[in-house]
Amino acid sequence: MSASKLNPPPRVLVTKIGLDGHDRGSRIVAAYLRDAGMEVIYTPPWQSIPAVVKLAMEEDVDVIGISSLATDHLIVPKLADALRAGGLGHVGLLVGGIVPDDERPALLQSGVSAIFGPGSPRDEIIAHVAALATKVREIKNAEYREIAR
Amino acid sequence: MSKEAVQLSLPGFEQAHGGWRADYSRQIGTDRVVRNRSNIEIKPLYTPRDWNDDAFLESLGFPGQYPYTRGIYPTMHRGRTWTQRQLIGLGTPEDYNKRVRVILDAGATAISLLPCNSGFRGIDCDEVDPLLLGTCGTVINTTDHMDRALEAVPLGKISTAMNDPSPFTLLAFLLAVAKRRGIPWTSITGTSNQSDYISHFIANHMFYRLSLPGARRVLLDHIEFCRTHVPGWNPVSVVGQHMQQAGATPVETMAFTISTALQYAQDCIDRGMDIDHVLRRFTFFFDISISFFEEVAKFRAGRRIWARLARERLGAKDPGSWRFKFHGQTSGVDLTVQQPLNNVARVAVQAMAGIMSGLQSLHTDAYDEAITTPTEETARIAVATQNILREEAHLCDVIDPLGGSYYVETLTDQMEHEMTALIGKIDDAGGMYNAAEAGLIQAMIGQSALAFQEKVESGEEKVIGVNCYQADNVAHVGEPTERPDFERMQQHVARFVAYKAERGQGDVRRALDALKRAAGDSRENIYERIVEAAEVGVTHGEIVSLLREELGFGHPLVVV
Repeated sequence: MSASKLNPPPRVLVTKIGLDGHDRGSRIVAAYLRDAGMEVIYTPPWQSIPAVVKLAMEEDVDVIGISSLATDHLIVPKLADALRAGGLGHVGLLVGGIVPDDERPALLQSGVSAIFGPGSPRDEIIAHVAALATKVREIKNAEYREIAR
Repeated sequence: MSKEAVQLSLPGFEQAHGGWRADYSRQIGTDRVVRNRSNIEIKPLYTPRDWNDDAFLESLGFPGQYPYTRGIYPTMHRGRTWTQRQLIGLGTPEDYNKRVRVILDAGATAISLLPCNSGFRGIDCDEVDPLLLGTCGTVINTTDHMDRALEAVPLGKISTAMNDPSPFTLLAFLLAVAKRRGIPWTSITGTSNQSDYISHFIANHMFYRLSLPGARRVLLDHIEFCRTHVPGWNPVSVVGQHMQQAGATPVETMAFTISTALQYAQDCIDRGMDIDHVLRRFTFFFDISISFFEEVAKFRAGRRIWARLARERLGAKDPGSWRFKFHGQTSGVDLTVQQPLNNVARVAVQAMAGIMSGLQSLHTDAYDEAITTPTEETARIAVATQNILREEAHLCDVIDPLGGSYYVETLTDQMEHEMTALIGKIDDAGGMYNAAEAGLIQAMIGQSALAFQEKVESGEEKVIGVNCYQADNVAHVGEPTERPDFERMQQHVARFVAYKAERGQGDVRRALDALKRAAGDSRENIYERIVEAAEVGVTHGEIVSLLREELGFGHPLVVV
């Protein structure tokens, strides 16, 4: 059963930026989303911020999930800025992994829609991504209609 | 002992056992099937019918005696307890030095060094977003940095463990510092505890820098160099930890680790090295999960399998080559963000499993490991946990205290059987190098990780505060996260940039040229050139990027 009614299904980029290479979390979440019927674009760790922006643009993704086990979440606000600068400010952005409490507000203020820590239920993650993708798709469709007119 | 012999030696066993069985079934109703993480079915009771000491000498023997099931030394922890080796590393070399001197003043006899993640990626500090520098380890890119990190540290008198993957630049910096201080390399002891490039390729891509064939050659050159010039150094640490952390079961972890060690040993033999010279310096590094009895069985079985393979397959003659020396680290995977103080209890149980398995050195995780880099206070509690287990709980009084337990011995045998089968499967695939290159191991680990996650989600595997007893969850309001001082880090980078401009450029160029030539000529020892380069001020990033060009970049194979 698909978790989302979107057609074509949500396109989600699951990746890691920065320096850390622990990918157990990103692999599991990628499998969750794939099994929920979404199109997952998965990359190895250590992507640079420009590379993520480029990939998000080329793959026309609805949502980007950044996995961070060590401290790479510290540069997620820079990714959010780069997405806006690249005209992708509407793309959904969420973070999974370990983010200390005192460092969460900076991420949320930068445009991250949610931070999923260890132990987050699969259904919650899937529901959030599906809802986010629906919202993003509406914005995109409105833009397309604008262009078509 | 045969079934009949057990009956003879235990008159009345059948009747009593049958009576218990009937009572048990009546009272429990429908029994649930219990399987451990390695998918071995666990019975409610074990008796001499499952295991008896018929094969005592052959399969257990005495501590310090082949096949070392009960421990690799005659006295084990009763003679000398395990080494308490806590991993540390944060900030600038000066920050590290401050922390390490506190530890040494407190009586530590061994230190460890964890470099910044940028180092693991093979790049210098001037090429990285400064926000990330030093957040997970110390920024050490040159011999000067190492000198400052180890100021007033008595090199040659304390053992040093380096989280130093191929091409082992940290050891090169350390040796250059020793030379500066007039300390002979023969007095340097310690371990390159991230030398296992196969485990990096499979399960911890963070450490994976050079292509598989390149890393293979560098490791062999490193082993040969250490054997000749730094004989007290352990150049090889085979790391099961990465694979278990990535999701391999305990059985898979031990089998994969032993297969990896077999691969390295065979490569050394093919290089013409004397196997007995090589194996006595092999060490192993494992995760200790909270699956208590399973972990004990894992280590006991691993010790026995390794002894037999080292002797029979690899032809090692020296008992020192058969001994399975291992460092254990309590598993961070079992720790939870929810109700974080509960992790103190988890770490204690994990540590007990490691100690009762007869480990040689131990790192206990701080309880905030699942949230952040440990603070001084949480790191202190982690060390105190070891002290309590040793001094108050008297875990060192008896060697192999679980040996002879019907359950533990049965489980040890069963796990050994499964591990041996898996090692055979890897043999059939052409050994660990080929199996990893083909993605075989990665696929198995991925499946096991997902299967475990599904058990946690279904509630079959319970995690307190995560899928049960959540009622007590309180928001964790910890101390503000400790991050390196940004200004000091920027000064460190500026000083590094200035250093690069001022050093003897001719020496640097010559050293890099020599390294390049060695990379292209298999008769030369690459590691010798790396140490020479470190001595004249070549940086970590320069060494790694040159070797990546010459030997190929380390792209991990990602199997989703």
